[in-house]
Amino acid sequence: MKPVLLIDFGSTYTKVTAVDVESEALLGTASSYTTVQTDIGEGLQNALNLLEEKTGKLEFAERYACSSAAGGLRMITSGLVPELTAEAAKQASLGAGAKVIRVFSYELTKKDVEEIVQSRPDMILLTGGTDGGNSECILANAKRLSIVEPICPVVIAGNRNCADECAELLDKWETHVCENVMPRFNELNIEPAQQQIRQIFLNRIIQAKGLSKAAELISGILMPTPAAMMAAMELLSEGTKTEPGIGELVAVDLGGATTDVYSIADGMPTQANTIVKGLMEPYAKRTVEGDIGMRYSIWGIVEAGGIDRVSQLSGIEPQRAKEMIQYLSEHTDTLPQDEEWENLDFALASLAVETAVARHAGTIEQVYTPMGLAYSQKGKDLTPVKRVVVTGGAIIHTKRTGQIAAHSLQNPSQPASLRPIDAKFLVDRKYILAAMGLLGQYYPDIAVRIMKKELVEAYE
Amino acid sequence: MEKKTLVMGVIGADVHAVGNKILYHAFTAAGFNCVNLGVMVSQEEYINAAIESNADAIVVSSLYGHGELDCRGMREKCDEAGLKGILLYVGGNIVVGKQPFDEVEKRFKAMGFDRVFGPGTPPETTIAALYEDLGVQPPEETEE
Repeated sequence: MKPVLLIDFGSTYTKVTAVDVESEALLGTASSYTTVQTDIGEGLQNALNLLEEKTGKLEFAERYACSSAAGGLRMITSGLVPELTAEAAKQASLGAGAKVIRVFSYELTKKDVEEIVQSRPDMILLTGGTDGGNSECILANAKRLSIVEPICPVVIAGNRNCADECAELLDKWETHVCENVMPRFNELNIEPAQQQIRQIFLNRIIQAKGLSKAAELISGILMPTPAAMMAAMELLSEGTKTEPGIGELVAVDLGGATTDVYSIADGMPTQANTIVKGLMEPYAKRTVEGDIGMRYSIWGIVEAGGIDRVSQLSGIEPQRAKEMIQYLSEHTDTLPQDEEWENLDFALASLAVETAVARHAGTIEQVYTPMGLAYSQKGKDLTPVKRVVVTGGAIIHTKRTGQIAAHSLQNPSQPASLRPIDAKFLVDRKYILAAMGLLGQYYPDIAVRIMKKELVEAYE
Repeated sequence: MEKKTLVMGVIGADVHAVGNKILYHAFTAAGFNCVNLGVMVSQEEYINAAIESNADAIVVSSLYGHGELDCRGMREKCDEAGLKGILLYVGGNIVVGKQPFDEVEKRFKAMGFDRVFGPGTPPETTIAALYEDLGVQPPEETEE
């Protein structure tokens, strides 16, 4: 037996997953409440004790961790045009597992810079202009930032012709120049910036967040938790040279405060006469819905779905539903105790999945041209995707997982939304996906095989 | 010479892709750096592309007769977006039916287009105008 420990330092829970890489089996999982203010080593020890109660004493050969503790990797991005470089910068940061607290476009104002300083980001990503294109904006932004005291590292990934000049302007700051996120018009090039972000996370953020104490106990904190989740999804979809993946997929992680959606799919048009508009989207795409979550962002779900639909799906009168939602928003650690509360959570989870996937997926509209009917597509066409992976407490701890997951699919009342038409639902019952993303960094074949074994199918 | 950058595409709900490709090749061969937006391009797309790529000119094509509607307000939007004085060209079958070209030209110039080209204009004409308006020379032919 060769046990490997995988740790997810969350902001409220530390989750541990033990895997035996020799027999390729999941040994067990456990989680314990933590606060970063005290010592996250303590939370880890508690979680380990719980784990070993189930599995017996384990001598771990290796230990790896991901972290979203202390707010995760909080980033501010800036670009030029909102739909172009500002969007590319956002995509780059989200894909690197960051929590994007604000996206700026065009030139920063004095007030914007004040806001940046006050919001204390862990990193700033500066972009703007294609290579050889606009340089005024990014230079102006670098200049604006250079006036205030340095607060965090800055990644410069805009027009390459003025990247060095930006770095010179920010000579008091820690700067990292990398390739442009949009070197040519509409060409997305986000991997170099993502690698840079991850590198800084490893070198700097972990210490700043007081995680280094725990880091001594383990072989390494590898990445932010959403990046681990993204890595797991890419691995599950594509597989390795020796272990085939399951193909294109969509994944939904329904949390208390946010809902993350991932798609590993090329998203190209599926019907003839379709013209793709807008910025090309990444093959591995992540979106975060900050207003959609089962507790902290519960009202966001109601706002997006409407109280009538909450009522209709749950069978609870609107007035009563509102009272219950108000209670949940004030008591965020409440778990459903009886059928009525279960029904409410079911309705909310269904609408959260529907909203988050609809926002992630592309849209299509018919355009009547003198040459006949044509279609204009924005974003990714996910209609041919055949697998939807679901995770998050409200989905995995209910019997109605399949019914909730079904809300990720295309709905006749919203024909413009390019969501999967018909897909199998795979449930992360044991909450192991982020751990598998970590394991996959060293044992990709084993991670794929464990995911294929542990993700169970849910039916509507 | 430093390459000048053009943003080009077919405006509106127009899906004429072939002429767009021909123009792209002709402009590129003539020494321009082309950002080709393809077909069914909105005014905002031209403008956003021109901002990011710091373009010197926007060259709008229209072949399906609705060009006049599609192009309205384009100059004002460019001004609004900070692209003051950017060179704006339009060409193709830009109006409905057969109308005297000098009237058409007048109308489009009043809309703020710097040059207006009628149906059947060869790419060379537009290229020559671009050289003149942007103050550049054709690239020197490399001897084989």
